[in-house]
Amino acid sequence: MVGAMIFAVLLAVVPLCLILADVIAKGIHGLSVSFLTQPEPFVATLTGGGFGAGVRGTIKMVALGTIVSVPIGVLAAVYLSEYQPRGVLATTVRFFSEVMTGIPSIFVGIFVFTVVVLETHSFSSWAGGLALGILMLPVIVRTSEEALRLVPETLREASLALGVRRWRTIMSVILPTALPGITTGALLAVARAAGETAPLLLTAFGNTLLVPWTSWNAPEASLTLQIFTDSRSPFPAQQARAWTGALVLIAGVLILSLVARAVISRRAGLGRR
Amino acid sequence: MSAVKTGGAGRLVAQQRGRPADALFRFATAACASIVLILLAGMLIRTTIAAWPAFRHEGIGLVTSNNWNPNTNSFGGLSFIYGTLVISVIALILGVPTSILIALYVSEVAPPRLGTPLGWVIDLLAAVPSVVYGLWGVFVLVPFLTNDVWTPLSKSGFPLFSPLASGRDFATAGVILALMIIPIISAICREVFRTVPADERESALALGSTRWEMIKLAVLPRSRPGIIAAVMLGFGRAVGETIAVAYLIGGVPNKITDDLFSQGSSIAANIALQFNEAASLPLFKAALIGLGVVLFIMTLIINVTARAIIHRRGQAA
Repeated sequence: MVGAMIFAVLLAVVPLCLILADVIAKGIHGLSVSFLTQPEPFVATLTGGGFGAGVRGTIKMVALGTIVSVPIGVLAAVYLSEYQPRGVLATTVRFFSEVMTGIPSIFVGIFVFTVVVLETHSFSSWAGGLALGILMLPVIVRTSEEALRLVPETLREASLALGVRRWRTIMSVILPTALPGITTGALLAVARAAGETAPLLLTAFGNTLLVPWTSWNAPEASLTLQIFTDSRSPFPAQQARAWTGALVLIAGVLILSLVARAVISRRAGLGRR
Repeated sequence: MSAVKTGGAGRLVAQQRGRPADALFRFATAACASIVLILLAGMLIRTTIAAWPAFRHEGIGLVTSNNWNPNTNSFGGLSFIYGTLVISVIALILGVPTSILIALYVSEVAPPRLGTPLGWVIDLLAAVPSVVYGLWGVFVLVPFLTNDVWTPLSKSGFPLFSPLASGRDFATAGVILALMIIPIISAICREVFRTVPADERESALALGSTRWEMIKLAVLPRSRPGIIAAVMLGFGRAVGETIAVAYLIGGVPNKITDDLFSQGSSIAANIALQFNEAASLPLFKAALIGLGVVLFIMTLIINVTARAIIHRRGQAA
């Protein structure tokens, strides 16, 4: 039986190693600074250039998603953990934010398409960022609530006993104490959002040109969208760029996940800050 | 008036003295919490409205008729529902036993020094973006499966496998989905196994059970609801997966066949693959949004059921 278990472990670990090895082997020779900053060549079948448009788009849209989802998610978590943890609203919200993590990301893309793209008659960076924000929200709510629950009750009591108002207690005692846990959750949500393709297909749409950092109303590429488009091309130059893009994406996502773990494992000193 | 009183959860809460800041802050947090519910309801309502022309045009045929032909305004999406279920079931058949065995190994058999890092490595599978699964699937997995697995299988004469193996088919999409749901199912199973009380394991061992008998007698029976919930969450993930499937299923509508080596399509993959074509055709677009609503309701039912099972057990997962 142990033999079967080890076989099962290998069934999962071997493909993971193969994926990482193949992405590195096929992507590494295209990697350069210009790959991260330059757009694709005007004739996309030529070699050279890079996924600068996608890198920039991913950073812009994930940043917008973070700005939208973190404040809302953390405040929602404050309600769930600090005000009425067993109330009807809190129980319902907790349950449905778990359910919401299982909603297919393409459906969130469809929703933002109907609300933003159909209304403004244009695909846009901010529609993409909004879709990512909606996908990040339930993750932030769940992880922030867990972080808030780990704050020792004595800290709350001490602050309240000093006559500090409840909202001040939350803002200057509870939230700072829970910050490492909240950061971990936010980083995991960012990693998840950066890897999303399907919702962006219907909202940001994609673009081979560099969109200025300050422009939010035009269709925009993401790293994932460029990988998706170029990998389905028959031309070797585009396929090669897709592999390098995959290497950049996977490196970014894995580094974020590892940083998130590092932040959470340093939480040992909680309550003694 | 005392300075403090005991709150609902036995916590000490400052007395409200009519200062507006406290009430305002509390209202703001409650409003943010409500956004989750408003979003879910809003998503269902807005997409249903946008899909309404298709529901009116096709009626129940959107999900019961197997005739998807945008050129003739026929939008019967049964084949996509069929494809979604076929690849998800393949993924479960391959992925569930693997996940349970992995979880048992990591939490019950392996020494903690090996089990803990192994758990992290398996979790990494969940961090790989689906577009990378698709890319790797097309360029590495498809050639391997076609040459070394599907071709011999198709020559075996087994009824589900036709002689022509193109490599982008239900079977391949199912394999990549299995890989994608293994980290989800095995992570939840690990949590579930951890909640089995130590004295039940010890009593089984004290009665002379081997480790495997202890797992069979103490761990698995107690964990059954948790395992079912884990499997359902994996199923929900498989049903909703879009990009990796769009790469690997072939993207051919109207295929309802018991041949697993046939090209086909799934709900999510078809939305992703056809959305561009539909941009200027209102009814086509509405039909794709309608498929999205169907997908949303399917995953909503699956996830609500799974979470309800988990909550009834009072477990955190």
